[in-house]
Amino acid sequence: MAGLKSLLGENVEIRKVFCEKMCEIARRDGRLMYLDADLVGSSGMKPFLKEFPDRGIDVGIAEANMVGISAGLCLEGYIPFAHTFGIFASRRVFDQFFLAANYAKLNVKLVGSDPGVAATYNGGTHMPFEDVGLMRMIPGLVIVEPSDAASTAAFVDLLFEYYGSAYLRLHRKARPAVYSRDEKFEIGRSKTLADGGDVTLISLGSIMLEESLKAADILASDGIKATVIDALTVKPFDREMVIREAKKTGHIVTCENCNVVGGIAAEVASIITDEALPCRLGKIGVQDRFGQVGSLDYLIEDYELSARHIADKALEILK
Amino acid sequence: MSLTAEEKKTLVSFADKIRMYSLYCMARPGQGHVGGALSISEIVAYLYGREMRYNPKDPKWKDRDILIMSKGHAGPALYSALAIKGFFPESWLNTLNKGGTDLPSHCDRNHTPGIDMCTGSLGQGLSIACGVAIGARLSGSEKRVYCMIGDGETDEGQNWEAALFAPAHGLDNLIGMTDVNRLQLDGFVKDVLDLGDLEAKWRAFGWDVVRANGHDMDAISGAFESSHEKNGRPKMILFDTVKAKGMPRLENQGNCHHATLTIDEVKEIYNGEVPAWLD
Repeated sequence: MAGLKSLLGENVEIRKVFCEKMCEIARRDGRLMYLDADLVGSSGMKPFLKEFPDRGIDVGIAEANMVGISAGLCLEGYIPFAHTFGIFASRRVFDQFFLAANYAKLNVKLVGSDPGVAATYNGGTHMPFEDVGLMRMIPGLVIVEPSDAASTAAFVDLLFEYYGSAYLRLHRKARPAVYSRDEKFEIGRSKTLADGGDVTLISLGSIMLEESLKAADILASDGIKATVIDALTVKPFDREMVIREAKKTGHIVTCENCNVVGGIAAEVASIITDEALPCRLGKIGVQDRFGQVGSLDYLIEDYELSARHIADKALEILK
Repeated sequence: MSLTAEEKKTLVSFADKIRMYSLYCMARPGQGHVGGALSISEIVAYLYGREMRYNPKDPKWKDRDILIMSKGHAGPALYSALAIKGFFPESWLNTLNKGGTDLPSHCDRNHTPGIDMCTGSLGQGLSIACGVAIGARLSGSEKRVYCMIGDGETDEGQNWEAALFAPAHGLDNLIGMTDVNRLQLDGFVKDVLDLGDLEAKWRAFGWDVVRANGHDMDAISGAFESSHEKNGRPKMILFDTVKAKGMPRLENQGNCHHATLTIDEVKEIYNGEVPAWLD
């Protein structure tokens, strides 16, 4: 049997698809703007700036200014997507994004790339573990983390159509395809990739989805049937899914590539207690630590994010 | 075009009214950001009396000029001008800072008709104004974008990111104004963090800079007239002002940024005259 791992298709470079989608929207809608803070070389958006020189702005290494400019563009009816690394998009411009975009009820789509350990060789200074927690504190903000190229393209469309500020946690590099290009997504709705009755793995982002699917295979070899959920939206979180899964399996493991303090673990725990659900919760994620430099494999192992760690956590709460 | 005697008289009287309304508006709750509201009464009067294009009946009119009051604590001066011009009833001026009010201490676009942005976290306004200026140019709009910052606010580094950006992108539809009242919350600007030669700094960043007396209507008029040139450069007008001007007890005093004040002492300043809207 091929197992759930077979759901992981060929690697597709996500930034290439992101750029193609942005160009596609820009061709049909004059409101789309793209801003970057000296990371166009990383974001893969050079083709956009070439095709739309007036609608792509590289502001230089000035993230606060970029968010302010984005807010100003909203006042003139434009829909700006502003990209920088996740650490700058969250920690560095938190007040600008909080006030000029969100408090002001404007329409800034902030794109933070290299989620968590994906920052690999840029190391601890560049490794956003806290962006999810920080962003969750902003009232009404939509936060999404697609898990492959197709879901990234779909969520760019959804965020463009949605009025309101949003945070897109973007994996730039090549990652396994999970969804077909015509898969339909909704803000606030998760996807169920495997349905098993013993334990539910709620995963966020590409890296953790791959590990979760592999973990489900490990569990299957022990005769344990796992449901694997791709959360996709951090806020508004798919509350109905949590209630359903808590009632169905009574055992949930959250799997996230960010600090569990403020992450989806906190969200799921809150739903379980709010609804007084009889459910055990295991939390896979960064256990309140700083980032560090290393290969992706090393970091996944060191922060205990691997399929083996997920499977062990599931077994632990199933005891 | 310089001001006619009649125009000047009208503008001065508008400024006096803004100052009086601002004082009563803050005296009613008993406190407020007195200094920085009173220092810009004449400038605000000129903006809404002669300079800006707007429509009180349609505050969101697409082609209006935009004002980003980056020193958002100067709300009461702006609210007074907007009320006088009919954006909302003057009676609203009784509600400053009351729970549920549409006139909060710091400007809020989602509450007050005629306010274009939420401001108050200092240093952000000029970046926002850059975004409006880029957007307006891209849309082919002739609108101008005005942004008022404080001299103390200039401490914030984000201003200088915007200062680099605007000339690099040729934003000549952006008119910056600095309220050089020489004071910030903790005291005199030169003592807290000396800004040095502000004029030379803005010029070095590539802005067209003029300096004017911010309480002299002819000087204000001249400064704005000279800022309309479409020459590929943003404009910065440094207005020399007196913080808390019009309230002798606080004028140019280190404690005037935020102060308590009573209706009675404002009445004394105006020889008992009170605005009709005062509850």
